[in-house]
Amino acid sequence: MAIVKVLFVVQRPPYKSENPRLALTHALASQTAEIYMDDGDAVVPIVVFVGDGVLNAVKNQPAMKLYGVTSTESHIKSSLLIDMPIWVCKEDMQRLGLKEDQMILDSVEMGGELTTKFVSFAEIQKEMEASQHLLFF
Amino acid sequence: MAELTFGVFSSLVGSMSLDFSFRLADAAVAKGHKVNIWLSGNAVMMAKKGQKPFKDYSYNEKRMKELIAKGAEVTVCEACAEARGYHKEDTHDGVKRASMDWYLAKTVKTDRLLHIGGE
Repeated sequence: MAIVKVLFVVQRPPYKSENPRLALTHALASQTAEIYMDDGDAVVPIVVFVGDGVLNAVKNQPAMKLYGVTSTESHIKSSLLIDMPIWVCKEDMQRLGLKEDQMILDSVEMGGELTTKFVSFAEIQKEMEASQHLLFF
Repeated sequence: MAELTFGVFSSLVGSMSLDFSFRLADAAVAKGHKVNIWLSGNAVMMAKKGQKPFKDYSYNEKRMKELIAKGAEVTVCEACAEARGYHKEDTHDGVKRASMDWYLAKTVKTDRLLHIGGE
């Protein structure tokens, strides 16, 4: 029996490349990974946004209206809905002039209970050290 | 010997990261390691049949076939492939197609995971 912590580190801004979307869809796929795993094994994903990647967590993304695609916001909300931790680097938000009230805070309207955590890079680094695998997107 | 899983997201043409991934996988297999390769995002084009070698572009089809013949498991992200308009019948023999949970599941048993990012 193994519980494996996988940290998804998103550095790229949204919509410029496929990377942030791939990070979130791969992280969400951990929910169905058990079909390939032995009983008792589990993958525990955490998604952290750092650098320009924090822009992925800005709220009110009109991606469906403008591009006809699901927004990164909807993927973040789906993650929160299934209790997948979403962390955003505070220092990088500050660098880009972003305040917490501009960010995706929760998925209450979908019935989710987990909220976005705004954390220091030191906390992210600690989590990197505690994770078995780091996936940079 | 160890089990290594490569998550490859780089495009077939335009970067040498895919070449690097296959060369590294080749070296790992030569040392007797078990290798799994997950092709996702733009890297899914690697598993499409009918690639024509040009000297201006890297060409990894031969190396991929050899790796599969030596026991490497190569799996392509089905949704990423379908979104790019190539289907099961266009996929190389020996390459599996799966959803993203295949890659996540590999993180449990693999000794080392090498995530080689996209653009």
